[in-house]
Amino acid sequence: MAAAAEPRPALRLENVSHQFGSHAHPETALAGVSASAAAGTVTGLIGPDGAGKTTLLRLVAGLLRLQSGRIEVLGEDVAGNPDGARARLGYMPQRFGLYEDLTVRENLELYAKVQNVPPQAWTARGSELMHMTGLAPFLGRLSGRLSGGMKQKLGLACTLVRIPELLLLDEPTVGVDPVSRRELWAIIDHLVRTEGLTVLVSTSYLDEAERCERVLLLHEGRLVSATDPSEFAAQTSGRSFQVSAEGMGKRRLQAELAQTPGVLDATIQGSFVRIVTAVGAPPPSASALAPGLTLNITQVPPRFEDSFVALLKTDGAVSLAAQTPAPSASGDAAGPTAHRTAPPAAAEEEPVILAAQLTRRFGDFLAVDAISFAVRRGEIFGLLGANGAGKSTTFRMLCGLLPATSGTLRVAGYDLRRAAASARARIGYMAQKFSLYGDLSVLENLRFFASAYRLRDPQRRARIDWALEEFALGAHAAAVSRELPLGYKQRLALACALMHEPQILFLDEPTSGVDPLARREFWRRINALAESGVTVLVTTHFMEEAEYCDRLAVLAQGKVLASGDPDSLKARVRTADHPQPTMEDAFIALLEAAAQPHAA
Amino acid sequence: MNESLERLTGLLRKEALQILRDPSALAIAFVLPAMLLIIFGYGVTLDPHRVALAVVVEQPDAVTHSFVAQLRGTPYFTTESFSTIQSADRAFDADRVSAIVWFRSDFTRRLASRGAAPLGIIVNGVDANTARLIEGYLQQTWANWLAMRSRERGLPAGLPIDLEPRIRFNPAVRSRDYLVPGLIAIVMTLTGALLTALVIAREWERGTLEALMVTRATIREILLAKLVPYFLLGMGGMVATLVLAVWLFGVPFHGSLLVLTGVSALFLLAALGMGLLISSVARNQFVAGQIAIIVTFLPAFILSGFVFDIGSMPWPIRLLTHVVAARYFVATLQSLFLAGDIWSVILPNALALAVMAFVFLGAARLRARKRLD
Amino acid sequence: MWQAVLALIVKELLAVLKDPRSRMVLIVPPLIQLIVFGYAATFDLNRVPIAVYNQDHSQPSRDLVARFLGSRVFTQTAVIRTARQITPLLDARKVDLVVSIDPRFTRDLLTHRPAPVQLIVDGRDSNTALIILGYANSIITQFGLNWMRGHGAPAPPALLDIRARYNPTLNSQWFIVPGIIAVLTQVVTLLVVGLSVAREREAGTFDQLLVTPFTQGEILLGKGLPGLLIGGVEASVIILAAVFWFDVPLRGSLLALYLGLFLFVAAVIGIGLMISSLAVTQQQALLGAFLFMVPSIVLSGFATPIANMPPVIQELTWLNPMRHILIIVRGTFLEGSGVHAFVPEYLALAATAALSLLAAGWLFRKRAY
Repeated sequence: MAAAAEPRPALRLENVSHQFGSHAHPETALAGVSASAAAGTVTGLIGPDGAGKTTLLRLVAGLLRLQSGRIEVLGEDVAGNPDGARARLGYMPQRFGLYEDLTVRENLELYAKVQNVPPQAWTARGSELMHMTGLAPFLGRLSGRLSGGMKQKLGLACTLVRIPELLLLDEPTVGVDPVSRRELWAIIDHLVRTEGLTVLVSTSYLDEAERCERVLLLHEGRLVSATDPSEFAAQTSGRSFQVSAEGMGKRRLQAELAQTPGVLDATIQGSFVRIVTAVGAPPPSASALAPGLTLNITQVPPRFEDSFVALLKTDGAVSLAAQTPAPSASGDAAGPTAHRTAPPAAAEEEPVILAAQLTRRFGDFLAVDAISFAVRRGEIFGLLGANGAGKSTTFRMLCGLLPATSGTLRVAGYDLRRAAASARARIGYMAQKFSLYGDLSVLENLRFFASAYRLRDPQRRARIDWALEEFALGAHAAAVSRELPLGYKQRLALACALMHEPQILFLDEPTSGVDPLARREFWRRINALAESGVTVLVTTHFMEEAEYCDRLAVLAQGKVLASGDPDSLKARVRTADHPQPTMEDAFIALLEAAAQPHAA
Repeated sequence: MNESLERLTGLLRKEALQILRDPSALAIAFVLPAMLLIIFGYGVTLDPHRVALAVVVEQPDAVTHSFVAQLRGTPYFTTESFSTIQSADRAFDADRVSAIVWFRSDFTRRLASRGAAPLGIIVNGVDANTARLIEGYLQQTWANWLAMRSRERGLPAGLPIDLEPRIRFNPAVRSRDYLVPGLIAIVMTLTGALLTALVIAREWERGTLEALMVTRATIREILLAKLVPYFLLGMGGMVATLVLAVWLFGVPFHGSLLVLTGVSALFLLAALGMGLLISSVARNQFVAGQIAIIVTFLPAFILSGFVFDIGSMPWPIRLLTHVVAARYFVATLQSLFLAGDIWSVILPNALALAVMAFVFLGAARLRARKRLD
Repeated sequence: MWQAVLALIVKELLAVLKDPRSRMVLIVPPLIQLIVFGYAATFDLNRVPIAVYNQDHSQPSRDLVARFLGSRVFTQTAVIRTARQITPLLDARKVDLVVSIDPRFTRDLLTHRPAPVQLIVDGRDSNTALIILGYANSIITQFGLNWMRGHGAPAPPALLDIRARYNPTLNSQWFIVPGIIAVLTQVVTLLVVGLSVAREREAGTFDQLLVTPFTQGEILLGKGLPGLLIGGVEASVIILAAVFWFDVPLRGSLLALYLGLFLFVAAVIGIGLMISSLAVTQQQALLGAFLFMVPSIVLSGFATPIANMPPVIQELTWLNPMRHILIIVRGTFLEGSGVHAFVPEYLALAATAALSLLAAGWLFRKRAY
């Protein structure tokens, strides 16, 4: 037959379904997924948080019992011969379990032994791996002391001590800085080219998906799309535009555009707003937004993300953004405190947040090295940097959680560490990972924070009702907050932080892990708050989030490498052959420039 | 086979390096046992010595004097004299004395006339065990005094029976000599079950086990690589406590080291098996620690016969003690230390330990899967 | 301020009661310990296996044997016919006591010579051995006195008239069960308070708390008061169990008992908060609590008298809050004492509470970043 001539796929999934939980409350993780991956290709597995990516990878690796369907790895049935399939594949879990109290060399040698790499072959293989991952100078270092990026590279090296035929990678670049991310991808590409292995990689970075030959998009356990990335992106070709307006701020414009019928997606990108229109819908006209407005609309090439959002929004399965009412500024409920029309901060105004020569030392380690910046009222200011760049330390000092070693800092005129407790009533704080009392219900959390911020009863009740309605949490009021979906947790955390209508909002990695839709919704809210005069300080390592900021400080090794608005940062790396640099390009260029003097 | 050995040495090397670098493992294996041994060795003594007695003599004379002298002559008592029962009562209520010996004013007169003069003894019964021991000491002193008096006067013995008590194995009746061997069982329960349960739970928590599972290492090799180092560590803890017991606390050791090693090995296997089983149920350290303390450590303390006599417990609890591995080990240890190689004790207990080790290790092996669910 | 602190307390209680792990800490260990300590931790002896080697086959010796077997303390599990059987029985721990009656027993009794009876005890458990000897001793003394009365022999010149005050039947449960009130109150309070800050640190909510307008004093109060509430409830439940289930008499004043418990719980909260402010993870907090708890129970007089310990350690026990609360609990339960009897203990507990709370506050401020 003709089919026999075709190369056998390295991986074949046939109607794979999986459920967790008890029989009484089954939770569907995967529903009837059928797909395949050709040998020698890189297949990307994308989808929002909780879409079933990890479950799928674990099933392929034989770590979970296959409940229904069939999985073939290199022609072997995983359910029938798990050891046979396992011997030929490599799997790197999301948080690769390195033995942190072992050195880099000891970790590698452990895996070499466990995978039966012959000692004579190991000498060559080991040095090749160390060279490839750039770990050679750190062989004697405890792996717990490596940076996030190096840990992931070591994890990958451990998975590759014996070259597998099929490599499974579960979000290998989460928490990894952009430079290390590029290096990791270079390793993967190199392996595919030279060793011809097949890779299945899950990722939440959509730009990474574009590097794959094929992309599987999962949503709520179903396979929504399986195409190649350019084809996928082309779905919105002719529907992606860049818009700017004279006489209207970008945030206001974005908010207006997002509510315009026919516009599927509107995001801020530098000084522009990027929109995606629905199939058949014309680009929005100025007259529809506001009389007398001039819109500059340029068509731009589609991005992968445009299609991703468009697909999820039209899929109908979208749960989060669709249900929520359009966000309004927090001031709405309380009336006159809102400053909707206030122009973003006059120059002579006193800065709301000020850091001058701010320094923090931990023993010998200089975590923050004489950082200075100022944030004006109503501004969204971003601290951008990789893990360990010093942004969290700076953030914690500003919130009064950590004393500064030297330097000055002022938040609304106070040093929060020394000021009276009541001064803290001016700030709202949303911690990384949306730290809430997980055992308490949504309502109990809201009640607690309302009392914590000293709200008295008519107002307290009004604010709790506002939070339930504004964030569409009413239906979940009695739900235990630990069990909420991530997007709801994030909303609840923001609701708690806004309970007392703070003038300043501190956000630490506010959208890490949440899917693009929830991230959009979140930023629409933050934009509305900024419009009403709330000052926002945000830390992030997502380049995409940086685009939402008015101004940024790029941090590395405790120092400010550069600061300015997103466009000016990008403009620095604009060259003739790279006319449209991304934030990531700018960031990497800054890091490389900073590394130069050290290397010399 | 060769390949399997290769993998096993890799895993063992890793385990050894981790133990050497992780201070908490060494602390649980060596520091905690030493601390427990010292606290218990010094803090837990059941033998009252120098019990404070109030002696009330309402009318002192030669007879009362000779009895008080007899009391003072024993190592058990220190005496404090009172002239009225009221003042002695006050000292008693303030817990300054544990018992009152009360010679009423007519004591000597009744002794001389009809005999059977009542000598009042009031013991503080709050601590029932101590009270009972004090009673015993007082009775013994009294009997000795009677016998001495009879001898002095050439009369027939005070009591018609000549009691000859003999305490075998621990003639000095030092409670430390039986508590310290029992402690070794506790210490090994700690290193065996608690440490193993915590260490494997830690691998679950950190995701290292997930990464190991997709390698060629078999589940048997992974389990074996955990068993061997902690077995050695446990035996090390046993040797350390043995040395402390003999050198610091001067507990005699009458048995043979070979038998001790053998029985300890069996017990340790049972404890390790239990630890493995716990860690396969609880995949985080907090829960594993709680379960280990509740199902191994506490029972080893209370239900092993280490301090409290098993035979005197109500039957449901007595039944329960049969599944406590420490019970068999404590019985063997007490015999080995104080009596010697008594095979009629060692064999049945060793057999019970072997059965438990087999059951626990077998169950741990059956439950372990190279899967996450 | 009070409204906010109240919210903190409510939140703390909800967090403890809703988290299955914390609930387990509250319910399982106390239940197990109450049962195990209440029933298993007893020094009273029952059904001690004995063997009788009666070489004098006559009525008086049979009477003596009957007295042994009639006691609930002893049961005969072996009959010995030759002297060679004795050692194996004792060695194998088949019996704890061998009563060996000499062939001359009756003859010597009748001729007013001391009639020999040998008691051979297994000393591997020396405490049990001493108690067995004590029981055997009094059986034989009773037999002797009875014989003398029955055969017109002159009574011994003096007789012991022993009374145990406060616990006339010398029931171990009366000693152990009130002690459990103190032990369990300490365990539960320490775990609830000791783990609370660590739990928030792990979950990241502690930072969240610190950026709200709460002062550190309010946070400490919000962490401490739930401990007082839970400790108080726990203590009351066990007091009820002691009185109504274990039938231990409560003779003294409830005021004296609760005043003591209040100061004790305050001291334990101070120590728990100290552990809490030092520990970063719940694991560390648990280990810290364990490291405090074991010596504090062993060196408190809970199971073994402080008077038996070496003098240096006896002095050390003054620092142990458990020591003082045990005196108060046993004093109020069995001795019927009132408030005035415990002034030194109250002072010691109050001092410990004040010092540990101050230290906790200081550590808290140092570590709260």
